[in-house]
Amino acid sequence: MAKKQYAFYPGCSSQKGASGSNFLTSIDVMCDKLDIQLNEIPDWNCCAASIGYAEGGELPRLAIGARNLALAEQHLPGQDMVSGCPACWLASREASERLNGHANLMAETNEALKEVGLNFKGSVKPRHMVEVMIEDIGFEGMKKPVVKQLQGMKIAGYVGCQTNRPFGIAGESFENPQYLDKMIEVVGAEAVTKYDQKVTCCGGALAFSEPEKSQKQIRSIVESAYDHGAEMIVTPCQLCQANVEIYQSEINKKQGTKFAMPVVYYTQLLSVAYGGSAKQAGLDGHIIKPKKLQDIAGK
Amino acid sequence: MTNANQQAVALYSNDFLREVEERVEEGEWVKMCMQCGVCAGSCPLGNAWQHTPQKLFMMIRAGKREEVLTSDSMWMCTSCYNCIVRCPRKLPITHIMHGLANYAHRLNLAPKGQPTREVARLFWNSLAKTGRVNELKFSLAMYFKDGIVQGIKNAMAMQSIGLALVMTKRLNPMELFGGHKCKDPGSLHKMIAKAREIEDRKKGFTS
Repeated sequence: MAKKQYAFYPGCSSQKGASGSNFLTSIDVMCDKLDIQLNEIPDWNCCAASIGYAEGGELPRLAIGARNLALAEQHLPGQDMVSGCPACWLASREASERLNGHANLMAETNEALKEVGLNFKGSVKPRHMVEVMIEDIGFEGMKKPVVKQLQGMKIAGYVGCQTNRPFGIAGESFENPQYLDKMIEVVGAEAVTKYDQKVTCCGGALAFSEPEKSQKQIRSIVESAYDHGAEMIVTPCQLCQANVEIYQSEINKKQGTKFAMPVVYYTQLLSVAYGGSAKQAGLDGHIIKPKKLQDIAGK
Repeated sequence: MTNANQQAVALYSNDFLREVEERVEEGEWVKMCMQCGVCAGSCPLGNAWQHTPQKLFMMIRAGKREEVLTSDSMWMCTSCYNCIVRCPRKLPITHIMHGLANYAHRLNLAPKGQPTREVARLFWNSLAKTGRVNELKFSLAMYFKDGIVQGIKNAMAMQSIGLALVMTKRLNPMELFGGHKCKDPGSLHKMIAKAREIEDRKKGFTS
């Protein structure tokens, strides 16, 4: 079967030695088993995330978003742009939609892009990895390569914000999207369907600037997972993963809790279920070790 | 008062709504707000806002220019986009909050030392320098933004987390000496400068 080809936009956090590097590790096995080929966009730049607004304003932010889109159009024509990072996807899709919707902004952005010898035509479609999984592969397709069932594991699917809003996944609700729970079920684990913090904000970039307010959010996210009997949280977002895992020790220190809830990516669940080793699934990249998942991967 | 701010005051005199409509990202939507308050109730940091988006929209219409632009409320936005998807009038509220914060920042009316303002500035500077965010330099710059003593305290407080990230290969100490970047940061700088030049002209920041 011919491999499905995509222009791949990894994003800063997925680079070697960065906070979400194990996400990138884990998609290799997954994509290989699903006949997905990711072609990295040459010389891509940071998307500016949402927090780029304050200094970046509107047009500089749109220009750096459009640079990636234009590079994809030029080097990987005809391929959809795919990002595993919700912030990268959001910024790219926002740039694409706003520029395609406003001829003046498109002209101004292309004036800036001329400085780097590029032109954005507006044709490439920016998509999230989760969209590729659901729309191009499908839940039945995701099930096919499963060789190991994660039976007996109870997992809270934490979707977070930017995979879910403002664009979200077609056909899903903003308040209670189902796809992550379905992915948990695809690998034979039990999804905590009553998890009430599924789409709660982890604080995002304000984890740095407003630690107390963000840690209050994170506490609810972790606490509810415990309350519903989950032994692990799974998420599609790099920033959610980092915030919810990393700050548990801070919350323990300040508030006397004893949190040690592993937080992994959906791609890691699939990689293990597809027979990937703990290392291939990037499970060595966690401060709070996902022990049970490591054991299953080692079997 | 900065020149750009003086000129904006003179140009728009008492019509702050028109100023927002013309100069703030997605500002033309403000008049569509029907004051239902769903945005205020949907915000994860809602109780930290002195003026919720609902209030800010009414204050803009009431011409409360100084109160709006010096407010630290917009800086509480976590970019969760909950307000956008729930707004019955479909206002792009998150973008308007970002736009107001950016406008206040560029006119230098935003609160000095506001932590999210600082973090946002450092983040942009990190990515604009090389084309890609350097997580290590960005984190260190953040810890040391309030001076060397506070910086050492902050870094010490986060020491065990930093070390754990290094051990799990999610933070590379070598990033301090270079790190990931685009091939030609020079031309990238020119592109950003050009975009900024056009925006400054449109929004009156050039004076």
